[in-house]
Amino acid sequence: MARAVSRRRTAIVTIAAWIVALIIFFPILYTIITSFKSETEAIQGFSLIPSGTIESYVAVQSQSNYFKPFMNSVILSIGSTLLALLVSVPAAWSMAFSPTKRTKDILMWMLSTKMMPAVAVLVPIYLIFRDTGLLDSRIGLTVMLTLINLPIVVWMLYTYFREIPGEILEAARMDGASLWGEIVYVLTPMAVPGIASTMLLNIILAWNEAFWTIRLTTTNAAPLTAFIASFSSPQGLFWAKLSAASTLAIAPILIMGWFSQKQLVRGLTFGAVK
Amino acid sequence: MNLRTFLLGSCSALVVAGFAQAETLTIATVNNGDMVRMQTLTDDFTKANPDIQLEWVTLEENVLRERVTTDIATKGGQYDILTIGTYEVPIWAKQGWLLPLDNLGADYDVDDLLPAIRSGLTMDDKLYAAPFYGESSMVMYRKDLIEKAGLTMPDAPTWEFINEAARKMTDREAGINGICLRGKAGWGENMAFLTATSNAFGARWFDENWKPQFDQPEWKNTLDMYVKLMNDAGPQGASSNGFNENLALFQQGKCGMWIDATVAASFVTNPKDSTVADKVGFALAPDTGLGKRGNWLWAWNLAIPAGTQKAEAAEKFVSWATSKHYLDLVAEKEGWANVPPGTRTSLYENPEYQKAAPFAKMTLNSINAADPKNPSVKPVPYVGVQFVAIPEFQGLGTTVGQLFSAALAGQMSVDDALAQAQDVATREMTRGGYIK
Repeated sequence: MARAVSRRRTAIVTIAAWIVALIIFFPILYTIITSFKSETEAIQGFSLIPSGTIESYVAVQSQSNYFKPFMNSVILSIGSTLLALLVSVPAAWSMAFSPTKRTKDILMWMLSTKMMPAVAVLVPIYLIFRDTGLLDSRIGLTVMLTLINLPIVVWMLYTYFREIPGEILEAARMDGASLWGEIVYVLTPMAVPGIASTMLLNIILAWNEAFWTIRLTTTNAAPLTAFIASFSSPQGLFWAKLSAASTLAIAPILIMGWFSQKQLVRGLTFGAVK
Repeated sequence: MNLRTFLLGSCSALVVAGFAQAETLTIATVNNGDMVRMQTLTDDFTKANPDIQLEWVTLEENVLRERVTTDIATKGGQYDILTIGTYEVPIWAKQGWLLPLDNLGADYDVDDLLPAIRSGLTMDDKLYAAPFYGESSMVMYRKDLIEKAGLTMPDAPTWEFINEAARKMTDREAGINGICLRGKAGWGENMAFLTATSNAFGARWFDENWKPQFDQPEWKNTLDMYVKLMNDAGPQGASSNGFNENLALFQQGKCGMWIDATVAASFVTNPKDSTVADKVGFALAPDTGLGKRGNWLWAWNLAIPAGTQKAEAAEKFVSWATSKHYLDLVAEKEGWANVPPGTRTSLYENPEYQKAAPFAKMTLNSINAADPKNPSVKPVPYVGVQFVAIPEFQGLGTTVGQLFSAALAGQMSVDDALAQAQDVATREMTRGGYIK
């Protein structure tokens, strides 16, 4: 009896999970479907069956070069992730293992910077970039993406590091490990799943960032977000072309997310049940 | 080193030096058919000017406006040429953000530019932007449906006629709406249409002392007529329809009439996309007998920001892209029907263009009927037919647009929408220092 109830509950939970997953994934699925419609079909109303035309992909490819913004997206997301890790691993380590009475306040303050609307600092940031010659440069945008994602990275790493028992690090110190040795040989191997999932999430966030990447670039450093934005049209039908451009832009990150979902889920739920 | 090596080396050095001196112009633009076409034809320009290279930044209209405004206001210098609308030109020129176009070349023929378009881009007798394509608004209607309704569309209809025709053409069971009009909130969406229409009803945004006029009977007549007409003969969910949504409805044969930008004429008569391509007729935007037609005036223009270091090269490109030669080039490569319309008188005198574009005469008449400096029956302190060329208008126009869209959706009454619009406009104009 108990087994039957348990089986029924599993079935219900599974179905519910599938429904929720489908609802979350549906906008992406519909974008992909729309990309295989003609412009007239795309605006005609809801339909899950496209005519299968690839004219939008042909138009997108002939209208602009996909490779350059794609490479910029790769460089910016990986570059900003590595830079963020370089800063946040020591920061999270110090806050997790040598907390002071202000550590929680610092963490909250870091998070509070995410609550400010980006547009509020657009002009000051633009002026700084102009004066330092960083407008439309990959270096400038890498730093910018690092800075905006840094609070999340520090928070995530801090949470993972807190899960590692301090006694292990003490034991390492007792055995004569240096600070460097402690971080590299003891802490890092234990925190690899956490660091990996933080990296993946940061890459996704940087890949999808569309406010600063559009406003601080023109041609040289413009990533795929700017590529998508260029297909929206004030007069004329553009939904199918926009969907094709979006599909091309999200495909790499979608594939990466698919293959690394185990690490992502493990990292995101790490410590959640405690 | 022998002589040959020396000469080869010198030549290479010269080539490298020449390449290093090549200027790259960065052009900010919107994604519309004419602009995309121009990007494919620029070889003609770069061949004649091998020392100039072109880079394009294409953005969505609102993002472009915001992006370019930030850059130009902070003198960021990211762009050498801007694509801007008729709304921005007088405001930006007044701020000193644009360079006057004094050196467009001997064969440019400025006098050939359509006077209505040119006047909107001129300040103190100086041209601050060159029009790339221009448009007005007009009535596009289904000839078969109006015939079925037992009516004949005049070349210059009145709103009374449009109301009657729309109601007679409506056949809900067959999915035909008598009229499709913009309802989506936005200063460039429903407010472009309603502001232009209000001119025909004798309404105006402000009196000579910048006092808002939404409490006057002319605005009440405009909005009352619009909401009632759309309820009786408009499509469902009209409050979220903009240009593109109405275009799709018309192309699918679901609208008897559509009053919108003249540029739509080429879309609705294109058999590739439109199911009613051979059944479309054109007429001037309607009036109410007060001497003003509700047709707007808009142009996408190329302008040079004051912060550019490459003004000379930029002006060369602007001259090329808005020249008679460019129109001939498009005609040669893509046919006369694809030539950017609404900028030059000579285009409308060209018999080949008249033959290829059956809507040419109506487009020209519509553009000529618009007067940005005297848009309404009563005098106004501003420039602009479907907008008010002041910096505050983007925000104010959109807020009022939201109120009018809510009235169309039945979320508030016409009287409430107008009263709130009056309050908002009075507050904004006082804050802006227009009302002392």
